[in-house]
Amino acid sequence: MSWDWQVFCQDTITQEVGQSCFGKNGDITYLDWMLSAWGWTVSVSLLSLLIALILGAIIGTLRTLPDRPWIVRLGNAWVELFRNIPLLVQVFVWYHVIPAIFPALKRVDGFVLVVFAIGLFTSARIAEQVRSGIQALPRGQRYAGMAVGFTTFQTYRYVLLPMAFRIIIPPLTSETMNVFKNSSVAFAVSVAELTMFAMQAQEETARGVEVYLAVTALYVFSAFVVNRIMTFIEKRSRVPGLIAASGGGH
Amino acid sequence: MKKHLMVAAISVLAAGTAFAQANDTLAKIKSSGAVTFGVRESSGLGYTLGNGKYVGFHTEMGENILHDVQKQLGLAKMEIKYQPVTSQNRIPLVQNGTVDIECGSTTNNLARQKDAAFAYTTYVEEVRIAVKANSGITGIKDLNGKTLVTTTGTTSVQTLRKNKRADGLTFKEVMGKDHADSFLMLETGRADAFIMDGSILAANISKSKAPSEYKIVGEVLSVEPIACMLRKDDPAFKKAVDDSIARQIKDGTLAKLYDKWFMQPIPPNNVKIGLPLSAATKAAWDAPNDKPMEEYKIAD
Repeated sequence: MSWDWQVFCQDTITQEVGQSCFGKNGDITYLDWMLSAWGWTVSVSLLSLLIALILGAIIGTLRTLPDRPWIVRLGNAWVELFRNIPLLVQVFVWYHVIPAIFPALKRVDGFVLVVFAIGLFTSARIAEQVRSGIQALPRGQRYAGMAVGFTTFQTYRYVLLPMAFRIIIPPLTSETMNVFKNSSVAFAVSVAELTMFAMQAQEETARGVEVYLAVTALYVFSAFVVNRIMTFIEKRSRVPGLIAASGGGH
Repeated sequence: MKKHLMVAAISVLAAGTAFAQANDTLAKIKSSGAVTFGVRESSGLGYTLGNGKYVGFHTEMGENILHDVQKQLGLAKMEIKYQPVTSQNRIPLVQNGTVDIECGSTTNNLARQKDAAFAYTTYVEEVRIAVKANSGITGIKDLNGKTLVTTTGTTSVQTLRKNKRADGLTFKEVMGKDHADSFLMLETGRADAFIMDGSILAANISKSKAPSEYKIVGEVLSVEPIACMLRKDDPAFKKAVDDSIARQIKDGTLAKLYDKWFMQPIPPNNVKIGLPLSAATKAAWDAPNDKPMEEYKIAD
Protein backbone atom coordinates (compact mmCIF):
# COMPACT_ATOMS: atom_id res chain seq x y z
CA MET A 1 0.00 0.00 0.00
CA SER A 2 1.55 3.23 -1.08
CA TRP A 3 0.44 6.57 0.30
CA ASP A 4 -0.23 9.62 -1.75
CA TRP A 5 -1.19 12.52 0.46
CA GLN A 6 -0.72 14.93 -2.42
CA VAL A 7 -4.18 13.96 -3.48
CA PHE A 8 -5.47 16.72 -1.20
CA CYS A 9 -3.54 19.32 -3.16
CA GLN A 10 -5.12 18.25 -6.46
CA ASP A 11 -7.47 20.58 -8.23
CA THR A 12 -10.99 19.15 -8.39
CA ILE A 13 -11.42 19.96 -12.06
CA THR A 14 -8.04 19.37 -13.69
CA GLN A 15 -6.75 16.81 -11.13
CA GLU A 16 -3.38 18.58 -11.24
CA VAL A 17 -1.35 19.15 -8.11
CA GLY A 18 -0.98 22.88 -7.64
CA GLN A 19 1.74 24.88 -5.93
CA SER A 20 -0.41 25.53 -2.91
CA CYS A 21 -2.78 23.03 -1.43
CA PHE A 22 -5.41 25.74 -1.27
CA GLY A 23 -6.91 26.67 -4.64
CA LYS A 24 -6.65 30.21 -5.94
CA ASN A 25 -8.88 32.30 -8.19
CA GLY A 26 -11.90 30.10 -7.80
CA ASP A 27 -10.02 26.83 -8.24
CA ILE A 28 -10.92 24.29 -5.61
CA THR A 29 -8.58 21.63 -4.31
CA TYR A 30 -9.67 18.52 -2.48
CA LEU A 31 -8.38 20.10 0.73
CA ASP A 32 -10.58 23.18 0.23
CA TRP A 33 -13.46 20.90 -0.49
CA MET A 34 -12.87 18.75 2.56
CA LEU A 35 -12.70 21.77 4.86
CA SER A 36 -15.93 23.12 3.42
CA ALA A 37 -17.50 19.69 3.94
CA TRP A 38 -16.29 19.76 7.51
CA GLY A 39 -17.98 23.14 7.90
CA TRP A 40 -21.26 21.59 6.75
CA THR A 41 -20.82 18.72 9.19
CA VAL A 42 -20.22 21.12 12.06
CA SER A 43 -23.15 23.37 11.03
CA VAL A 44 -25.59 20.48 10.78
CA SER A 45 -24.40 19.14 14.14
CA LEU A 46 -24.52 22.40 16.08
CA LEU A 47 -27.93 23.45 14.78
CA SER A 48 -29.39 19.98 15.38
CA LEU A 49 -27.91 20.01 18.85
CA LEU A 50 -29.52 23.37 19.57
CA ILE A 51 -32.96 22.09 18.56
CA ALA A 52 -32.40 18.85 20.44
CA LEU A 53 -31.35 20.55 23.67
CA ILE A 54 -34.23 23.01 23.72
CA LEU A 55 -36.94 20.51 22.78
CA GLY A 56 -35.40 17.72 24.83
CA ALA A 57 -35.28 19.87 27.95
CA ILE A 58 -38.89 21.01 27.53
CA ILE A 59 -40.34 17.61 26.73
CA GLY A 60 -38.28 15.79 29.33
CA THR A 61 -39.51 18.23 31.97
CA LEU A 62 -43.14 18.01 30.86
CA ARG A 63 -42.98 14.24 31.23
CA THR A 64 -42.40 14.55 34.96
CA LEU A 65 -45.21 17.02 35.72
CA PRO A 66 -47.45 15.91 38.56
CA ASP A 67 -51.25 15.76 38.01
CA ARG A 68 -51.00 16.40 34.24
CA PRO A 69 -51.48 12.88 32.81
CA TRP A 70 -52.23 14.09 29.26
CA ILE A 71 -49.14 16.22 28.98
CA VAL A 72 -47.07 13.33 30.33
CA ARG A 73 -48.65 11.00 27.76
CA LEU A 74 -47.96 13.42 24.93
CA GLY A 75 -44.35 13.69 26.05
CA ASN A 76 -44.04 9.90 26.22
CA ALA A 77 -45.57 9.60 22.75
CA TRP A 78 -43.05 12.11 21.38
CA VAL A 79 -40.14 10.14 22.80
CA GLU A 80 -41.41 6.77 21.60
CA LEU A 81 -42.20 8.13 18.13
CA PHE A 82 -38.77 9.62 17.51
CA ARG A 83 -36.60 7.02 19.15
CA ASN A 84 -38.27 3.97 17.64
CA ILE A 85 -37.65 4.93 14.01
CA PRO A 86 -34.15 4.64 12.55
CA LEU A 87 -32.55 8.02 11.96
CA LEU A 88 -31.94 7.43 8.26
CA VAL A 89 -35.61 6.58 7.79
CA GLN A 90 -36.61 9.75 9.60
CA VAL A 91 -34.36 11.76 7.32
CA PHE A 92 -36.08 10.27 4.28
CA VAL A 93 -39.51 10.90 5.77
CA TRP A 94 -38.60 14.56 6.22
CA TYR A 95 -37.14 14.81 2.75
CA HIS A 96 -39.46 12.71 0.58
CA VAL A 97 -42.68 12.07 2.48
CA ILE A 98 -43.52 15.26 4.36
CA PRO A 99 -42.97 17.55 1.32
CA ALA A 100 -45.29 15.27 -0.67
CA ILE A 101 -48.01 16.02 1.90
CA PHE A 102 -47.16 19.72 2.32
CA PRO A 103 -45.93 20.89 -1.10
CA ALA A 104 -44.70 24.18 0.35
CA LEU A 105 -41.88 22.25 2.00
CA LYS A 106 -40.53 21.22 -1.41
CA ARG A 107 -38.73 24.53 -1.65
CA VAL A 108 -37.05 23.99 1.73
CA ASP A 109 -33.40 23.08 1.52
CA GLY A 110 -32.28 19.56 2.45
CA PHE A 111 -30.00 21.14 5.02
CA VAL A 112 -32.92 22.56 7.02
CA LEU A 113 -34.87 19.32 6.84
CA VAL A 114 -31.95 17.22 8.00
CA VAL A 115 -31.28 19.59 10.90
CA PHE A 116 -34.87 19.08 12.01
CA ALA A 117 -34.64 15.32 11.49
CA ILE A 118 -31.50 14.92 13.59
CA GLY A 119 -32.66 17.57 16.06
CA LEU A 120 -36.01 15.88 16.76
CA PHE A 121 -34.48 12.40 16.81
CA THR A 122 -31.95 13.55 19.39
CA SER A 123 -34.53 15.58 21.33
CA ALA A 124 -36.34 12.34 22.15
CA ARG A 125 -33.16 10.87 23.57
CA ILE A 126 -32.34 14.00 25.54
CA ALA A 127 -35.93 14.17 26.84
CA GLU A 128 -35.47 10.68 28.20
CA GLN A 129 -32.28 11.71 29.97
CA VAL A 130 -33.86 14.87 31.40
CA ARG A 131 -36.82 12.84 32.67
CA SER A 132 -34.60 10.26 34.35
CA GLY A 133 -32.44 13.06 35.77
CA ILE A 134 -35.45 14.70 37.39
CA GLN A 135 -36.83 11.40 38.62
CA ALA A 136 -33.45 10.45 40.05
CA LEU A 137 -33.75 13.29 42.54
CA PRO A 138 -35.06 12.31 45.97
CA ARG A 139 -38.80 12.87 46.28
CA GLY A 140 -38.11 15.12 49.23
CA GLN A 141 -36.76 17.84 46.92
CA ARG A 142 -40.12 18.32 45.28
CA TYR A 143 -41.80 18.35 48.67
CA ALA A 144 -39.29 20.88 49.91
CA GLY A 145 -40.28 23.20 47.07
CA MET A 146 -43.94 22.75 47.89
CA ALA A 147 -43.26 23.28 51.59
CA VAL A 148 -41.77 26.72 51.02
CA GLY A 149 -44.82 27.66 48.95
CA PHE A 150 -43.29 27.50 45.46
CA THR A 151 -45.57 27.00 42.50
CA THR A 152 -44.86 24.00 40.29
CA PHE A 153 -42.97 26.26 37.90
CA GLN A 154 -40.87 27.68 40.71
CA THR A 155 -40.16 24.23 42.12
CA TYR A 156 -38.79 23.19 38.76
CA ARG A 157 -36.96 26.42 38.14
CA TYR A 158 -35.26 26.76 41.51
CA VAL A 159 -35.06 23.24 42.92
CA LEU A 160 -35.41 20.35 40.48
CA LEU A 161 -33.95 21.48 37.14
CA PRO A 162 -30.69 22.98 38.43
CA MET A 163 -29.88 19.66 40.04
CA ALA A 164 -31.25 17.43 37.30
CA PHE A 165 -29.37 19.15 34.49
CA ARG A 166 -26.11 18.88 36.33
CA ILE A 167 -26.38 15.19 37.04
CA ILE A 168 -27.23 14.30 33.43
CA ILE A 169 -24.20 15.98 31.92
CA PRO A 170 -22.27 12.71 31.39
CA PRO A 171 -25.02 11.10 29.26
CA LEU A 172 -25.51 14.46 27.52
CA THR A 173 -21.84 14.37 26.54
CA SER A 174 -22.39 11.07 24.76
CA GLU A 175 -25.50 12.44 23.10
CA THR A 176 -23.67 15.54 21.87
CA MET A 177 -20.93 13.40 20.40
CA ASN A 178 -23.61 11.21 18.82
CA VAL A 179 -25.10 14.24 17.10
CA PHE A 180 -21.75 14.86 15.41
CA LYS A 181 -21.49 11.27 14.29
CA ASN A 182 -25.15 11.08 13.26
CA SER A 183 -24.72 14.18 11.11
CA SER A 184 -23.17 11.84 8.52
CA VAL A 185 -26.68 10.81 7.43
CA ALA A 186 -27.07 14.30 5.97
CA PHE A 187 -25.29 13.08 2.84
CA ALA A 188 -28.45 11.14 2.03
CA VAL A 189 -30.33 14.38 1.38
CA SER A 190 -27.62 16.12 -0.62
CA VAL A 191 -25.88 18.04 2.13
CA ALA A 192 -22.25 18.31 1.05
CA GLU A 193 -20.84 17.13 4.36
CA LEU A 194 -17.82 14.96 5.17
CA THR A 195 -19.31 11.58 4.35
CA MET A 196 -20.48 12.77 0.97
CA PHE A 197 -17.09 14.33 0.34
CA ALA A 198 -15.41 11.03 1.20
CA MET A 199 -17.62 8.99 -1.12
CA GLN A 200 -17.20 11.43 -3.96
CA ALA A 201 -13.50 12.25 -3.59
CA GLN A 202 -12.50 8.60 -3.34
CA GLU A 203 -14.32 7.91 -6.59
CA GLU A 204 -12.66 10.83 -8.37
CA THR A 205 -9.13 10.33 -7.10
CA ALA A 206 -9.07 6.56 -6.52
CA ARG A 207 -7.25 7.34 -3.24
CA GLY A 208 -9.93 6.02 -0.93
CA VAL A 209 -7.61 5.12 1.93
CA GLU A 210 -6.13 8.61 2.28
CA VAL A 211 -9.51 10.29 1.88
CA TYR A 212 -11.25 8.09 4.43
CA LEU A 213 -8.36 8.43 6.89
CA ALA A 214 -8.51 12.21 6.71
CA VAL A 215 -12.28 12.25 7.09
CA THR A 216 -12.10 9.83 10.01
CA ALA A 217 -9.54 12.08 11.68
CA LEU A 218 -11.85 15.09 11.30
CA TYR A 219 -14.78 13.21 12.83
CA VAL A 220 -12.63 12.03 15.72
CA PHE A 221 -11.29 15.53 16.23
CA SER A 222 -14.76 17.13 16.19
CA ALA A 223 -16.23 14.60 18.60
CA PHE A 224 -13.20 14.89 20.85
CA VAL A 225 -13.45 18.69 21.04
CA VAL A 226 -17.09 18.28 22.06
CA ASN A 227 -16.04 15.75 24.66
CA ARG A 228 -13.45 18.15 26.13
CA ILE A 229 -15.90 21.07 26.25
CA MET A 230 -18.52 18.93 27.96
CA THR A 231 -15.98 17.56 30.45
CA PHE A 232 -15.03 21.15 31.31
CA ILE A 233 -18.69 22.08 31.84
CA GLU A 234 -19.16 18.93 33.89
CA LYS A 235 -16.26 19.84 36.18
CA ARG A 236 -17.38 23.43 36.65
CA SER A 237 -21.00 22.58 37.32
CA ARG A 238 -20.49 19.61 39.59
CA VAL A 239 -22.81 19.54 42.59
CA PRO A 240 -20.54 19.17 45.62
CA GLY A 241 -21.24 16.00 47.49
CA LEU A 242 -23.69 14.64 44.95
CA ILE A 243 -21.52 12.84 42.48
CA ALA A 244 -19.17 11.08 44.82
CA ALA A 245 -17.48 8.96 42.15
CA SER A 246 -16.02 11.97 40.37
CA GLY A 247 -13.74 12.74 43.26
CA GLY A 248 -15.83 15.33 45.00
CA GLY A 249 -14.38 16.90 48.10
CA HIS A 250 -16.20 15.36 50.97
CA MET B 1 12.12 -9.08 23.49
CA LYS B 2 9.97 -6.36 22.04
CA LYS B 3 12.52 -5.76 19.33
CA HIS B 4 12.35 -9.40 18.33
CA LEU B 5 8.61 -9.19 18.01
CA MET B 6 8.99 -6.09 15.86
CA VAL B 7 11.48 -7.81 13.57
CA ALA B 8 9.18 -10.80 13.30
CA ALA B 9 6.25 -8.56 12.50
CA ILE B 10 8.19 -6.66 9.87
CA SER B 11 9.41 -9.82 8.18
CA VAL B 12 5.89 -11.22 8.10
CA LEU B 13 4.74 -7.98 6.51
CA ALA B 14 7.61 -8.06 4.03
CA ALA B 15 6.82 -11.67 3.15
CA GLY B 16 3.20 -10.72 2.65
CA THR B 17 4.13 -7.92 0.31
CA ALA B 18 6.52 -10.13 -1.60
CA PHE B 19 3.79 -12.71 -2.00
CA ALA B 20 1.31 -10.12 -3.19
CA GLN B 21 3.81 -8.97 -5.76
CA ALA B 22 4.31 -12.43 -7.22
CA ASN B 23 2.28 -11.56 -10.26
CA ASP B 24 1.52 -14.68 -12.16
CA THR B 25 -2.22 -15.09 -12.15
CA LEU B 26 -2.16 -17.85 -14.75
CA ALA B 27 0.18 -19.96 -12.60
CA LYS B 28 -1.97 -19.24 -9.58
CA ILE B 29 -5.12 -20.36 -11.39
CA LYS B 30 -3.38 -23.47 -12.70
CA SER B 31 -2.05 -24.57 -9.34
CA SER B 32 -5.20 -23.83 -7.38
CA GLY B 33 -7.74 -24.86 -10.02
CA ALA B 34 -9.80 -21.83 -9.05
CA VAL B 35 -10.15 -18.21 -10.01
CA THR B 36 -11.78 -15.36 -8.10
CA PHE B 37 -14.04 -13.22 -10.23
CA GLY B 38 -15.01 -9.76 -8.97
CA VAL B 39 -18.63 -8.94 -9.85
CA ARG B 40 -21.12 -6.16 -9.13
CA GLU B 41 -24.32 -6.52 -7.16
CA SER B 42 -26.18 -3.63 -8.72
CA SER B 43 -24.84 -1.83 -11.73
CA GLY B 44 -25.90 -1.47 -15.33
CA LEU B 45 -23.39 -4.02 -16.57
CA GLY B 46 -23.58 -6.63 -13.85
CA TYR B 47 -25.94 -7.35 -11.00
CA THR B 48 -27.17 -10.09 -8.71
CA LEU B 49 -30.42 -12.00 -8.74
CA GLY B 50 -29.83 -13.00 -5.13
CA ASN B 51 -28.68 -16.37 -3.74
CA GLY B 52 -25.15 -15.88 -5.04
CA LYS B 53 -26.27 -15.68 -8.66
CA TYR B 54 -24.61 -12.95 -10.68
CA VAL B 55 -25.67 -11.93 -14.17
CA GLY B 56 -25.35 -9.07 -16.62
CA PHE B 57 -23.54 -8.11 -19.78
CA HIS B 58 -20.08 -7.80 -18.25
CA THR B 59 -20.56 -10.65 -15.78
CA GLU B 60 -21.37 -13.06 -18.60
CA MET B 61 -18.55 -11.71 -20.75
CA GLY B 62 -16.16 -12.25 -17.81
CA GLU B 63 -17.33 -15.84 -17.50
CA ASN B 64 -16.56 -16.35 -21.20
CA ILE B 65 -13.09 -14.90 -20.63
CA LEU B 66 -12.46 -17.27 -17.74
CA HIS B 67 -13.62 -20.28 -19.78
CA ASP B 68 -11.14 -19.27 -22.48
CA VAL B 69 -8.41 -19.00 -19.84
CA GLN B 70 -9.33 -22.46 -18.59
CA LYS B 71 -9.03 -23.80 -22.13
CA GLN B 72 -5.67 -22.11 -22.59
CA LEU B 73 -4.35 -23.62 -19.36
CA GLY B 74 -5.71 -27.05 -20.32
CA LEU B 75 -7.52 -27.40 -17.00
CA ALA B 76 -10.20 -30.09 -16.97
CA LYS B 77 -11.89 -28.39 -14.05
CA MET B 78 -11.75 -24.82 -12.86
CA GLU B 79 -13.87 -23.31 -10.14
CA ILE B 80 -15.07 -19.72 -10.55
CA LYS B 81 -15.48 -18.06 -7.16
CA TYR B 82 -17.73 -15.02 -7.32
CA GLN B 83 -16.69 -12.11 -5.14
CA PRO B 84 -19.03 -9.13 -5.05
CA VAL B 85 -17.11 -5.85 -5.07
CA THR B 86 -18.10 -2.19 -4.65
CA SER B 87 -16.68 1.07 -5.96
CA GLN B 88 -14.88 1.49 -2.65
CA ASN B 89 -13.15 -1.86 -2.36
CA ARG B 90 -12.60 -3.03 -5.95
CA ILE B 91 -9.08 -1.61 -6.39
CA PRO B 92 -7.65 -2.83 -3.05
CA LEU B 93 -9.16 -6.29 -3.63
CA VAL B 94 -7.57 -6.56 -7.07
CA GLN B 95 -4.25 -5.24 -5.75
CA ASN B 96 -4.00 -7.60 -2.80
CA GLY B 97 -4.87 -10.67 -4.84
CA THR B 98 -8.30 -11.39 -3.40
CA VAL B 99 -9.86 -10.82 -6.80
CA ASP B 100 -8.10 -12.02 -9.97
CA ILE B 101 -10.27 -10.19 -12.48
CA GLU B 102 -13.07 -7.67 -11.97
CA CYS B 103 -15.67 -7.17 -14.69
CA GLY B 104 -18.38 -4.70 -13.77
CA SER B 105 -18.68 -1.04 -14.51
CA THR B 106 -15.17 0.17 -13.74
CA THR B 107 -13.99 3.12 -15.80
CA ASN B 108 -10.47 2.85 -17.16
CA ASN B 109 -8.73 6.11 -16.25
CA LEU B 110 -5.20 7.32 -15.58
CA ALA B 111 -5.64 7.60 -11.80
CA ARG B 112 -6.63 3.94 -11.61
CA GLN B 113 -3.96 2.78 -14.03
CA LYS B 114 -1.43 3.60 -11.31
CA ASP B 115 -2.96 0.83 -9.21
CA ALA B 116 -4.35 -1.69 -11.65
CA ALA B 117 -4.29 -2.85 -15.27
CA PHE B 118 -7.23 -2.83 -17.65
CA ALA B 119 -8.25 -5.27 -20.38
CA TYR B 120 -9.56 -4.10 -23.75
CA THR B 121 -12.46 -1.72 -23.46
CA THR B 122 -15.68 -3.66 -23.97
CA TYR B 123 -18.25 -0.96 -23.33
CA VAL B 124 -18.13 2.80 -23.71
CA GLU B 125 -20.38 4.58 -21.30
CA GLU B 126 -21.86 7.91 -22.30
CA VAL B 127 -22.90 10.36 -19.61
CA ARG B 128 -26.29 11.74 -20.62
CA ILE B 129 -29.16 13.92 -19.37
CA ALA B 130 -32.51 12.40 -18.40
CA VAL B 131 -35.49 14.72 -17.97
CA LYS B 132 -39.25 14.58 -17.73
CA ALA B 133 -40.56 14.37 -21.27
CA ASN B 134 -42.67 17.52 -20.81
CA SER B 135 -39.90 19.61 -19.23
CA GLY B 136 -38.85 21.35 -22.44
CA ILE B 137 -35.18 20.68 -21.73
CA THR B 138 -33.37 19.54 -24.85
CA GLY B 139 -29.71 19.95 -24.03
CA ILE B 140 -26.98 21.50 -21.88
CA LYS B 141 -28.01 25.05 -22.81
CA ASP B 142 -31.41 24.55 -21.17
CA LEU B 143 -29.88 23.55 -17.86
CA ASN B 144 -29.12 27.10 -16.78
CA GLY B 145 -30.85 27.89 -13.51
CA LYS B 146 -32.19 24.37 -13.12
CA THR B 147 -31.64 21.83 -10.35
CA LEU B 148 -29.62 18.83 -11.46
CA VAL B 149 -29.27 15.58 -9.62
CA THR B 150 -26.50 13.05 -9.87
CA THR B 151 -25.39 10.20 -7.63
CA THR B 152 -22.77 10.54 -4.91
CA GLY B 153 -19.65 8.53 -5.59
CA THR B 154 -19.83 8.61 -9.38
CA THR B 155 -17.68 10.24 -12.03
CA SER B 156 -20.74 12.09 -13.33
CA VAL B 157 -20.33 14.62 -10.52
CA GLN B 158 -16.95 15.52 -11.95
CA THR B 159 -18.36 15.70 -15.46
CA LEU B 160 -21.04 18.06 -14.26
CA ARG B 161 -18.48 20.28 -12.55
CA LYS B 162 -16.37 20.45 -15.72
CA ASN B 163 -19.35 21.31 -17.90
CA LYS B 164 -20.50 23.92 -15.43
CA ARG B 165 -17.23 25.72 -15.80
CA ALA B 166 -16.79 25.17 -19.55
CA ASP B 167 -20.25 26.40 -20.49
CA GLY B 168 -20.50 29.09 -17.83
CA LEU B 169 -23.74 27.67 -16.51
CA THR B 170 -25.25 28.31 -13.14
CA PHE B 171 -27.30 25.46 -11.81
CA LYS B 172 -28.08 23.94 -8.48
CA GLU B 173 -26.57 20.54 -7.90
CA VAL B 174 -28.08 17.93 -5.61
CA MET B 175 -26.78 14.45 -5.02
CA GLY B 176 -28.69 11.25 -4.45
CA LYS B 177 -27.22 8.62 -2.17
CA ASP B 178 -27.70 6.01 -4.89
CA HIS B 179 -29.19 5.86 -8.39
CA ALA B 180 -32.65 4.94 -7.13
CA ASP B 181 -32.60 7.93 -4.82
CA SER B 182 -31.43 10.24 -7.63
CA PHE B 183 -34.18 8.99 -9.91
CA LEU B 184 -36.72 9.55 -7.15
CA MET B 185 -35.64 13.20 -7.02
CA LEU B 186 -36.30 13.53 -10.75
CA GLU B 187 -39.60 11.72 -10.35
CA THR B 188 -40.82 13.89 -7.46
CA GLY B 189 -39.71 17.16 -9.05
CA ARG B 190 -36.92 17.87 -6.60
CA ALA B 191 -34.61 17.94 -9.60
CA ASP B 192 -35.20 18.96 -13.23
CA ALA B 193 -32.61 16.65 -14.75
CA PHE B 194 -30.66 13.54 -13.80
CA ILE B 195 -27.11 13.42 -15.13
CA MET B 196 -25.70 9.90 -15.24
CA ASP B 197 -24.35 7.04 -17.34
CA GLY B 198 -26.74 6.39 -20.22
CA SER B 199 -27.18 2.71 -19.32
CA ILE B 200 -28.16 3.59 -15.75
CA LEU B 201 -30.62 6.26 -16.94
CA ALA B 202 -32.16 3.87 -19.45
CA ALA B 203 -32.45 1.12 -16.85
CA ASN B 204 -34.07 3.43 -14.29
CA ILE B 205 -36.52 4.80 -16.84
CA SER B 206 -37.44 1.32 -18.04
CA LYS B 207 -38.17 0.23 -14.45
CA SER B 208 -40.13 3.36 -13.53
CA LYS B 209 -43.90 3.54 -13.12
CA ALA B 210 -44.42 5.46 -16.36
CA PRO B 211 -41.40 5.08 -18.66
CA SER B 212 -42.97 7.25 -21.35
CA GLU B 213 -42.87 10.28 -19.05
CA TYR B 214 -39.08 10.45 -19.22
CA LYS B 215 -36.57 10.85 -21.96
CA ILE B 216 -32.84 11.02 -22.46
CA VAL B 217 -31.96 14.23 -24.26
CA GLY B 218 -29.15 16.39 -25.47
CA GLU B 219 -25.50 15.94 -26.07
CA VAL B 220 -23.15 13.37 -24.58
CA LEU B 221 -21.45 15.04 -21.62
CA SER B 222 -18.57 12.62 -21.30
CA VAL B 223 -17.50 9.24 -22.57
CA GLU B 224 -15.90 6.65 -20.34
CA PRO B 225 -14.32 3.41 -21.44
CA ILE B 226 -15.42 0.54 -19.18
CA ALA B 227 -13.16 -2.48 -18.96
CA CYS B 228 -12.32 -5.49 -16.84
CA MET B 229 -9.71 -4.69 -14.20
CA LEU B 230 -6.70 -6.92 -13.54
CA ARG B 231 -3.62 -6.85 -11.37
CA LYS B 232 -0.85 -4.64 -12.64
CA ASP B 233 2.30 -6.06 -14.22
CA ASP B 234 0.98 -9.43 -15.26
CA PRO B 235 1.32 -9.32 -19.07
CA ALA B 236 0.63 -13.03 -19.60
CA PHE B 237 -2.74 -12.89 -17.88
CA LYS B 238 -3.65 -9.61 -19.55
CA LYS B 239 -2.85 -11.12 -22.93
CA ALA B 240 -5.03 -14.15 -22.20
CA VAL B 241 -7.92 -11.87 -21.23
CA ASP B 242 -7.44 -9.52 -24.19
CA ASP B 243 -7.24 -12.49 -26.58
CA SER B 244 -10.51 -13.79 -25.26
CA ILE B 245 -12.15 -10.39 -25.67
CA ALA B 246 -10.83 -10.11 -29.23
CA ARG B 247 -12.22 -13.58 -29.90
CA GLN B 248 -15.61 -12.64 -28.48
CA ILE B 249 -15.76 -9.50 -30.60
CA LYS B 250 -14.70 -11.34 -33.73
CA ASP B 251 -17.12 -14.25 -33.56
CA GLY B 252 -20.04 -12.06 -32.53
CA THR B 253 -20.35 -13.38 -28.96
CA LEU B 254 -20.12 -9.89 -27.52
CA ALA B 255 -22.72 -8.48 -29.92
CA LYS B 256 -25.07 -11.30 -28.96
CA LEU B 257 -24.48 -10.61 -25.28
CA TYR B 258 -25.19 -6.93 -25.84
CA ASP B 259 -28.45 -7.73 -27.55
CA LYS B 260 -29.38 -10.14 -24.76
CA TRP B 261 -28.77 -7.68 -21.91
CA PHE B 262 -29.74 -4.35 -23.46
CA MET B 263 -32.35 -5.05 -26.14
CA GLN B 264 -34.26 -8.05 -24.76
CA PRO B 265 -36.34 -8.38 -21.58
CA ILE B 266 -34.02 -9.22 -18.69
CA PRO B 267 -34.52 -10.71 -15.24
CA PRO B 268 -35.69 -10.20 -12.56
CA ASN B 269 -38.62 -8.13 -13.92
CA ASN B 270 -38.43 -9.07 -17.61
CA VAL B 271 -38.26 -5.44 -18.67
CA LYS B 272 -36.27 -4.21 -21.68
CA ILE B 273 -33.58 -1.58 -21.07
CA GLY B 274 -33.71 -0.65 -24.76
CA LEU B 275 -30.37 1.08 -25.20
CA PRO B 276 -29.04 0.49 -28.72
CA LEU B 277 -25.32 -0.10 -29.20
CA SER B 278 -23.66 3.31 -29.26
CA ALA B 279 -21.23 4.41 -31.94
CA ALA B 280 -18.54 4.81 -29.28
CA THR B 281 -18.89 1.21 -28.07
CA LYS B 282 -18.95 0.00 -31.66
CA ALA B 283 -15.72 1.89 -32.35
CA ALA B 284 -14.08 0.30 -29.30
CA TRP B 285 -15.03 -3.15 -30.60
CA ASP B 286 -13.81 -2.39 -34.12
CA ALA B 287 -10.34 -1.49 -32.87
CA PRO B 288 -9.76 -3.19 -29.51
CA ASN B 289 -7.63 -1.04 -27.21
CA ASP B 290 -7.07 -0.27 -23.56
CA LYS B 291 -6.92 3.52 -23.80
CA PRO B 292 -7.89 5.38 -20.62
CA MET B 293 -10.75 7.84 -20.40
CA GLU B 294 -8.39 10.79 -20.79
CA GLU B 295 -7.64 9.79 -24.39
CA TYR B 296 -11.28 9.86 -25.40
CA LYS B 297 -12.81 12.93 -26.96
CA ILE B 298 -16.48 13.68 -27.12
CA ALA B 299 -17.65 13.33 -30.70
CA ASP B 300 -19.69 16.33 -31.79
